[in-house]
Amino acid sequence: MEALKQELKENIIEQLNLEDMTITDIGDDDMLFGDGLGLDSIDALELIVMLDKNYGIKLTDPKEGKHIFESVKTMATYITEHRSK
Amino acid sequence: MEKVYINSFGSVSAQNTEYDSSFLKDIISYNDTTIPAINPIYKDFIPPAAARRMAKGVKMGIVASKLALQKANLNNVDAIITGTGMGCLHDSEKFLSAIIDNDEQYLTPTPFIQSTHNTVGGQIALEIQCKGYNFTYVHGSNSFESALLDAKLQLELNEAKNILIGGVDELAKHTVLLNKTINHIKKEPVESAELLETNTKGAIFGEGANFFVVSNEKQDSTLAVVDGLEIYNTLEVDSITDKAREFLKEHNLNVSEIDTLILGNNGDEEFDIYYNTLTSGDFKNTQQMVYKPWIGECYTASSFGLLLAANILKTKTVPETFQLNAIIPSQYKTILLYNQYRGENHSFTLLRQC
Repeated sequence: MEALKQELKENIIEQLNLEDMTITDIGDDDMLFGDGLGLDSIDALELIVMLDKNYGIKLTDPKEGKHIFESVKTMATYITEHRSK
Repeated sequence: MEKVYINSFGSVSAQNTEYDSSFLKDIISYNDTTIPAINPIYKDFIPPAAARRMAKGVKMGIVASKLALQKANLNNVDAIITGTGMGCLHDSEKFLSAIIDNDEQYLTPTPFIQSTHNTVGGQIALEIQCKGYNFTYVHGSNSFESALLDAKLQLELNEAKNILIGGVDELAKHTVLLNKTINHIKKEPVESAELLETNTKGAIFGEGANFFVVSNEKQDSTLAVVDGLEIYNTLEVDSITDKAREFLKEHNLNVSEIDTLILGNNGDEEFDIYYNTLTSGDFKNTQQMVYKPWIGECYTASSFGLLLAANILKTKTVPETFQLNAIIPSQYKTILLYNQYRGENHSFTLLRQC
């Protein structure tokens, strides 16, 4: 799980072009949207594609996303339970 | 009809053009096949949250436009008109590569959103909250001139007071490779000062953004008046002298009244003949200047020529390095610019002091 969380942080920084951030700047429980990292709806689309491409997870219910993308920790938990690659 | 004044410019280029204090003071010489623009400190102009999705072309465009607005003492304009030959090439390449690499799956939105040709004009409008006319011209080496022509017509007819116009193009890895393959970019690096003597095919490519506030109202910062502009899709080498004469005649001028001729030579042995016809013919006794050896060729490189001309008319000084011949005119009142790329999309632009 720890390795997955590190991997997610690296991918989030790279995919979302968070140029000024390092993985130490993102806490496991930090909110990704809103007051946390301040990600927006375009970032959400990028994260959905990332789940599909890297872990074989297709999100079909948009309501699920709100909880899954709450933090790196919630993402890692969901990926661990649902990944197909 | 109203006059069209150049009230300010902002520039991001391979030379020191960002700030007035160091503007073209120390000309940087390059020895390469491509010349990237010098990155300004983007954070000083664009909020980091917005900048993270922007490729270099968009960022250069925003910085150049903000510098132009600052110098014209304006917060907003009536219209934004952009010229770009290749648009947001970096993100276009990124998006197309992703399609190929991922077998048309897993396409993400950001490079697609940012890859359109009008991204720069759109992002400038968002930055300054300009809800006015916003248009982007994509017309080869007449892209910037088309933007200038549109603005000129609107200002002459008093349909707008202040218009932000600009030319922007960026280098991108795969496109550079393709252009090298087809000899549009030279195979070997060339020293800037030696570029026009290479006698080889192709040019040295560059990038940059040059934006101007043009207005039908003169102010303290005004640099020059845009007196004439003519664009042609194709011209034969044999006809270039006659076209130059016709253009000058339309503006009640003859060759001897042109103080400086600014040309777009790029060192391509196949097409510099257009420029050489003028420099060795009618304009052999006129001061001649070139700039592309020090900033590189791109479809909107001529926007740099315009800022060079405007700056000469305002300051009455010329960067000696850019001089093609040794002639020094007794005054700087009237400047003619001529540009073309690969024998297509020619333009004559006439600037006068105001």
